Amino acid sequence: MGTADLISPKFVQSEHHERKAWLGVLARSDARDVAARWTALKLEPAYQTLRPPETGLVMVRGRAGGTGDAFNLGEMTATRAVIRLSSGETGVGYVSGRDKAHALTAALADALLQSPDHKQAVMNGLIAPLASAREAARREASRKAAATKVEFFTMVRDRSPKK
Amino acid sequence: MAYVAVKGGEQAITNAHALLAEDRRGSPDVPEVGVDQIRAQLSLAVDRVMGEGSCYDRDLAALAIKQSRGDLPEAIFLLRAYRTTLPRFGFSVPIATEKMAVRRRVSAAFKDIPGGQVLGPTFDYTHRLLDFALAAEGGHVPEPAAMADAPLADDLPTIASVFSHEDLLEHETTALEAAEPYDLTREPMQFPATRDQRLQALARGDEGFLLSLAYSSQRGWGSTHPLCGEIRLGEVSAEFTPPELGFPIELADLTVTECTMLSEFEGSMEQPPQYARGYGLTFGHCERKAMSMAIVDRALKAAENAVDQVHPVQDEEFVLYHSDNVEASGFVQHLKLPHYVDFQASLQFVRKLRREWAEARSAKEAAE
Repeated sequence: MGTADLISPKFVQSEHHERKAWLGVLARSDARDVAARWTALKLEPAYQTLRPPETGLVMVRGRAGGTGDAFNLGEMTATRAVIRLSSGETGVGYVSGRDKAHALTAALADALLQSPDHKQAVMNGLIAPLASAREAARREASRKAAATKVEFFTMVRDRSPKK
Repeated sequence: MAYVAVKGGEQAITNAHALLAEDRRGSPDVPEVGVDQIRAQLSLAVDRVMGEGSCYDRDLAALAIKQSRGDLPEAIFLLRAYRTTLPRFGFSVPIATEKMAVRRRVSAAFKDIPGGQVLGPTFDYTHRLLDFALAAEGGHVPEPAAMADAPLADDLPTIASVFSHEDLLEHETTALEAAEPYDLTREPMQFPATRDQRLQALARGDEGFLLSLAYSSQRGWGSTHPLCGEIRLGEVSAEFTPPELGFPIELADLTVTECTMLSEFEGSMEQPPQYARGYGLTFGHCERKAMSMAIVDRALKAAENAVDQVHPVQDEEFVLYHSDNVEASGFVQHLKLPHYVDFQASLQFVRKLRREWAEARSAKEAAE
């Protein structure tokens, strides 16, 4: 692969696409579910902490009218951590909420997912089940909402003179 | 004028706090309520505290409700105080509410809105009769809710998108080079307020205050003749770009309520008649608040170009300066703190006035 391919927007996009997906799954999953699956994986990689777990805020923005200019709606809590595996991969964990172990696990999983030796195991044991659990929960919520769909009928008053 | 520092009373204060803790717990014969129970079973209280506390964290909001004994403005205060202890990582990409995973979506204006009317978990159409089954001892587990065979369509069309081809609805503008949105947590209130500042203030504003203003507007004190174009409740993805990565990731699924109010605009020389819009958006499921916010937003928007703003809801300084319940509660409740010096000064003044009044009166009587 030439240098030109490496810097083409398409390449960058596709590379981020996969990492974006697993980071999104790790960030949005419940901390307890992440912990349970992570423990079951029994991976204990050697690593160095680059940014110790830290809790902070992200200001969430909305748009006026849903599509107009941005405004600040309110903040949310988030926790982050950055590590480097002894094999060299850097893992970045950003998760919603205040669970520091969750952020650290996300960073470790992110690093391992960049390592060809561990990628498949972490995908199968952590990311895929978390993603399908989220998908199933969403589908169930949507099916329950769909069961409450109604048809309103507007009544037309009969204005003809009374007999 | 102000209250002053007083010394002493430490033991009384310590004892008062211990008494508060005991009262909060109530009878030890009754099991203690858990934060997880509050989070799950008093979820609308949690939503209100997150919204007006301006901090999305269900666990923190539930804890604040427990600590405040269910006093929601106090819980909101606790959450606002806590957030000041945290650093800010940055800003999200603006949430895309049109991509919401919808759990409820109704339009009172347009019956045939594509995707249909979806009632979701609503108090609407309940009879408001007390349900004594909920007071019965023992596990009350409701029947599982019915499930349709298929989920709702992804990306339900919004009321704005439905009428966009006819240009019947006012367009929301996006500036080509939009400045950073106004941030009330960093900048003081300023007037005239921009829409972004107004929407942030209203999103944090007190539900009761905004509800009453919206009600006053409906009843003729700055009438906006609103129609509820659309209300939607569901989950949206909050994307954030970590500086270490340089590309956005989906950080959270946030529950939000969105409301679009429509009102007729008769047109002007430049603009054809159309529907103007008011917008409400809140964290969590806060429908009354989102609707009130949309009506107040619309009223303030209509008043921007009006010559005389005679009603409270049309006066942005009145609305925005008084909508925050942490500030309002602080200023009203500070009157409980010792004002002994104030009162002493005031007493001397009133006694002096009385003396002068009596002297003037007796002098007048003597002259007669």
